[in-house]
Amino acid sequence: MIEIDSELCKDCKLCISVCPHRLIESSDRMNQKGYYSAFFIEKNLKKEGRKCTGCCLCAISCPEIAIEVYRA
Amino acid sequence: MKKVFSRPKSLKRTPFHYCPGCGHSILHRVIGEVIDEMNLQEKIIGIPPAGCAVLAYFYFDIDMGEASHGRGAALATGMKRALPDRVVFTYQGDGDIAAIGTAETIHAAARGENFSTIFVNNGVYGMTGGQMAPTTILGQNTTTSPGGRKEKRDGFPVNLSEMLAVAKGSAYIERTAVNSPANILKTKKAIAKAFRVQLEGCGFSLIEVLSPCPTNWKMEPLEACKWIDEVMAVHFPLGVLKDITGDKKDAH
Amino acid sequence: MRGNHVLAESAVRAGCRFYFGYPITPQNEVPEYMSERLSKLEGGVFIQAESEIASIHMVIGASMAGGRVMTSSSSPGISLKQEGISFLSALELPAVIVNMTRGGPGLGNIAPAQSDYFQATRGGGHGDYRTIVLGPNSCQELANLTYEAFDLADKYRNPVIILGDGMLGQMMEPVELPPEVQIKKLPHKDWTLTGAKGRPSRFLRSLLLDPIEEEEHNWKLMRKYERILKEEVRWETSFADDAKLLVVAFGIAARIAKGAIKRMRDEGLKVGLIRPISLWPFPYKAIKEFTKKVRHFFVFEMNMGQMLEDVKLALEGNGEVHFYGRPGGIILTPLEISRVISSYYYQKKLG
Repeated sequence: MIEIDSELCKDCKLCISVCPHRLIESSDRMNQKGYYSAFFIEKNLKKEGRKCTGCCLCAISCPEIAIEVYRA
Repeated sequence: MKKVFSRPKSLKRTPFHYCPGCGHSILHRVIGEVIDEMNLQEKIIGIPPAGCAVLAYFYFDIDMGEASHGRGAALATGMKRALPDRVVFTYQGDGDIAAIGTAETIHAAARGENFSTIFVNNGVYGMTGGQMAPTTILGQNTTTSPGGRKEKRDGFPVNLSEMLAVAKGSAYIERTAVNSPANILKTKKAIAKAFRVQLEGCGFSLIEVLSPCPTNWKMEPLEACKWIDEVMAVHFPLGVLKDITGDKKDAH
Repeated sequence: MRGNHVLAESAVRAGCRFYFGYPITPQNEVPEYMSERLSKLEGGVFIQAESEIASIHMVIGASMAGGRVMTSSSSPGISLKQEGISFLSALELPAVIVNMTRGGPGLGNIAPAQSDYFQATRGGGHGDYRTIVLGPNSCQELANLTYEAFDLADKYRNPVIILGDGMLGQMMEPVELPPEVQIKKLPHKDWTLTGAKGRPSRFLRSLLLDPIEEEEHNWKLMRKYERILKEEVRWETSFADDAKLLVVAFGIAARIAKGAIKRMRDEGLKVGLIRPISLWPFPYKAIKEFTKKVRHFFVFEMNMGQMLEDVKLALEGNGEVHFYGRPGGIILTPLEISRVISSYYYQKKLG
């Protein structure tokens, strides 16, 4: 599971492109800086069963250190 | 649930001022991780460049000393000779190191000064608005190479790392990139090795990092990352250019 | 001992363990001496850098690390160091910079001159800053002032320039050298970059993007310079008490003038000398004091009129100033300059 600090995000979309399970999308809400920040969508996919494996590719790619990763 | 990825301790909590998708941000974090993992926060001194990263001291929670444009290698020489048991590194852009700072860099390498240099190569002068740099490649459009860099008018780009590899005092020189997770991890290993080379007193070490500048390349961050793979890395091939240590150990 | 060697030895005895320089005549003996001397000292570091620009920046690095550092050069090389000197001043870093002035401008020649007075005292680098400038006129003074320069630099966290010239560097005189300083007993510097062990990290920088911060920093520097103005003015007078004509000269020109004045005194001319030793801070008050008794001032320098402007400022319009200068490395003998001064003395009907 990951936590994205939407206020740090600058919508570079690098995390979105590297997630192997396509669990990140751009939000439709702007953050304080005016960016449509990245948004972790695992909660919305309970039916599909796509789950975060804690691979950290998103966090590694994120320039703003906006992503923290948790693993079971 | 265990937290397996978070902000390095040796970075302050200040949000970066860099553009979306800028290589500096990624590289700052990677260096912070290396400082944490090698326990260097109390013995490392950094020298920021003139350029977008001039305010690096607002991000790194380590001792840092400002250099004037291009002279980081001379400062690092004076500093490391005065404090040989600390780790001294310079963080320099392509204009800083390969235009105005060429003499200082080449001679530090030739003398085998025992500090490490992180050379951020994004092929432009970022902070001043995207002018041509020594590492701008032929055909690349910048504000001072209209229509793209032309051989006759603007000359050829400079492959500084290859030149430095010839210097007998350079111990370890590698070119990496921060345009993909795999490359980011390789960059981290390379920086850790450079610091290790310094700690073992082997000589001059330099890591050249191909870094995206989406704003001045006039590309989206993803496009910029692709451009590094498809175009930039052809002229600046990734890999180890010199390694006198001969070992294949990881730093940690 | 030769002037250049005296200066180098005195620096080492003052605790200087870091020297970064580059060959340029007429100061080559300084790096050569330092290279030999420092190689035999524990913790001594000598680097012949790739340029004067590189060497001033090595000075910055070693000074940031807390060491007593020196560099030396001559006129064109000092021009190259100007950005570094501006940075040293802005960053408030101690350092000693020696200029053995030669004929200029441009490549000039290797003969002695005093044509870098403006460069030293007005600051050839950018921005509002001042460096302490000391003008020795003998090998003994080279020894004393170089030794003191390191203390002044540390005391005020400021660069100090020793403004010498080619003749001073080459001449041989007997000298009494100062005692060796115990480096461990030097006062601790609490602002240096040494790795953030047991304390919060710190940084040294001069980039202050907010004009409010930059202004405040400039005022802070000015307050420091005010303190230096009050406490570090130095000058010397000779035969001045009953003088009707006061010669103003510094460095080697003052040495020559002294010889001339002795001759003229023997012939009954009432000529005296005031010799600024600190060129910044300049002894304005001391010179102005003389306007109470003396109306005629004779400025003699080996340049086209640089310290002349400070003398005029000092006089504030009181008294007459005559200037005699020789640029390009011409060295007058005491006899020659005594003739020029005497002729002016009689012309002004002072005899």
